Amino acid sequence: MSAIELSHVTKIYRRYGGRQFATLKSALLQRSILRDLRPADVFAALQDVSFRVEAGRTFGVIGRNGSGKSTALKLVAGITKPTSGAVSVHGRISALIELGAGFHPEISGRENVFINAVMLGLSKREVAERFDQIVAFAEIEPFIDAPVKTYSSGMYMRLGFAVAIHVDPDVLLVDEVLAVGDEGFTHKCLDKFAEFRRRGKTILLVTHSLGLVERFCDEALWLDHGRVRAEGDPKRVVDAYLTSVEEAEGEMLAATTARAVRAASDVTGPAQEPAPSGDGPAESAEPPSNMYTAVEGRWGSREIEITEVTLVDGAGSPSFVFPAGMPMAVRLRVRAHAPVDDFVFGVALFNAEGVCCYGTNTYLEEMDPARLVGDAEVTFAIDSLDLVEGTYKLDVAVHKRDGYPYDYHRLLYTFRTSSRTRDTGIYRPKHHWTFQGGVTFQPQRRTTA
Amino acid sequence: MFRNLLQLVRYRGLIQSLVARELKARYRGSALGFFWSFINPLLLLSIYTFVFTVVLPNSNPVAQPYALFMFCGILPWNWFSSSLMEASGSLVAGGNLIKKVLFPAEILPLVTVLANMVHFFLGLLILIAFLVGYRHWPDLGGLVWFPVIVFVQLVFTAGLALLLSALTVHYRDIRDLLSNLLMFWFFATPIIYPWLDANVIAYKAFFDLNPFTHLAVSYQEVLFFYGPFGHAKGLLVMGAASAVLFLGAYWFFDRLRDSFAEVV
Repeated sequence: MSAIELSHVTKIYRRYGGRQFATLKSALLQRSILRDLRPADVFAALQDVSFRVEAGRTFGVIGRNGSGKSTALKLVAGITKPTSGAVSVHGRISALIELGAGFHPEISGRENVFINAVMLGLSKREVAERFDQIVAFAEIEPFIDAPVKTYSSGMYMRLGFAVAIHVDPDVLLVDEVLAVGDEGFTHKCLDKFAEFRRRGKTILLVTHSLGLVERFCDEALWLDHGRVRAEGDPKRVVDAYLTSVEEAEGEMLAATTARAVRAASDVTGPAQEPAPSGDGPAESAEPPSNMYTAVEGRWGSREIEITEVTLVDGAGSPSFVFPAGMPMAVRLRVRAHAPVDDFVFGVALFNAEGVCCYGTNTYLEEMDPARLVGDAEVTFAIDSLDLVEGTYKLDVAVHKRDGYPYDYHRLLYTFRTSSRTRDTGIYRPKHHWTFQGGVTFQPQRRTTA
Repeated sequence: MFRNLLQLVRYRGLIQSLVARELKARYRGSALGFFWSFINPLLLLSIYTFVFTVVLPNSNPVAQPYALFMFCGILPWNWFSSSLMEASGSLVAGGNLIKKVLFPAEILPLVTVLANMVHFFLGLLILIAFLVGYRHWPDLGGLVWFPVIVFVQLVFTAGLALLLSALTVHYRDIRDLLSNLLMFWFFATPIIYPWLDANVIAYKAFFDLNPFTHLAVSYQEVLFFYGPFGHAKGLLVMGAASAVLFLGAYWFFDRLRDSFAEVV
């Protein structure tokens, strides 16, 4: 039997009148009462969405902000009605959408627990029976008789969570509410969910925590702009979603890079143009005095010019997102306006905090320049991008052996390293774990990239 | 619509708790707490007594003691006007609930009406104490009508409360408009002057059209004037009209229901 079923659900939100609030006065003056009560503009939050959740399953919904996840949850909860299509739910629902919604600040936690639980569908007797459990779960015994307005936000959320979870629903709807407390409390919540699962309850989980979906859900749904993009095995759905996110990120990084390059080149292009304000590093033909605090920019004499910088993946196709541990290359197109015999090509990698992760150049690697004429292409290839996940920036430069810059591109190129492992630091050495003796682990919950 | 109305019965426990919360929260943090519900009408009645016996003696022979006469009308009026003022803002103030929790929105305006009804009853106790103190006995036979009057007022007020709360979601200035309208309405109702006074009779048709006239007059007849209840017909017509108003208002509320969660 399916606990939740949506068939061809479309939800259109209406924007009323295009102004924040109507006033009756203006409505009367313009004789627009009826018109104001009709929507002026529509916005489809969900379009033809169908899915069903079998009883006892845990179902995850993922998607970017504004993809309609929360709307789907509200439809299941019955808070809003679908514009077309049908929503059916079997069993008592409890929705963890906003914790402690409906708490009254002036009255005590005790009274609020009663009212909130009654609002969520318990009878007074049921609340009385569960009251001690609720308070113990929320860990606020000493403050239960204090007015809720004196609670910290954490206490408030914990109490809200405790009430909602003790309603003992058949169908539990969860909207991104696991961040309600410290680590300990989060674990307690997860344990509670696990208990729900064991008891054969249905859980609908809306979250941005993909790890949680993979670990926890039997099935997942990916919503994108109000439509279903993928449904089924959580791992597969999460992978598809991540791929799409990376593509979008790549597009964004491409735009960022193009903008940075354009901005830097616009300033320095005609190198002799007077600086509009002071002599910041970006406008100067000279390198900035302090290389460690230099901001993005471009400088140099341009006797040799870097005309194009491309980041390519192992297959040689341009990209801005690279999986950690995979090959990546920086390809420079350079042009010498006159033959040059003193030149050094350099590359440096910085992480988002501006820490230099690695820097090198051809001179340091003992390549003595002989001659550069006309157009050339330089490729700096990394066999294995051993960095943790994050955004990195790139310096590329061509200069003389004594440091005199021909063309220096400072932090103009941005790329992302993607990884499924949430390790920390900067550098991820190639590694593996081995165990001997009485060490065992649960069967692998997922493969790491 | 009728299914929704029936659903309200299922939520009576919640309505009860919310009314209790409303009453508790009102005086939470004040030293005298719940006693304010008694002290407010007590002070008001004392002031009226002082003004109308010492400062500005009113010698209208039909309505003595004058302060008590006025109070019979002012108490239900306060129930009515505070209910409407609070109800009109109730959906906006409870926006968080409407958007995040599944429960019938009409509970919010209804709760304000009911909470103010409780205050009305508490004020009534003060009135009774004064009536006893003045040895001013109304006709006990007429008192059987009292619950009917209260019920008619409840239906009437609830109907208007539903209507106003739903409209205020879309038109936020209704509350300002309402406070002025209520002031006008108060003076247009025979509360601080007796009904069927020579000056009033001249405009009887106008007063008859004012629904609250029938409520105020009924209260005065039952609580203050000696003699059998003489306004039964007006009250029953008013009751029937209130029932129609309530159903109409509920229908209107139901129509706008889906817009609340989106506009609030």
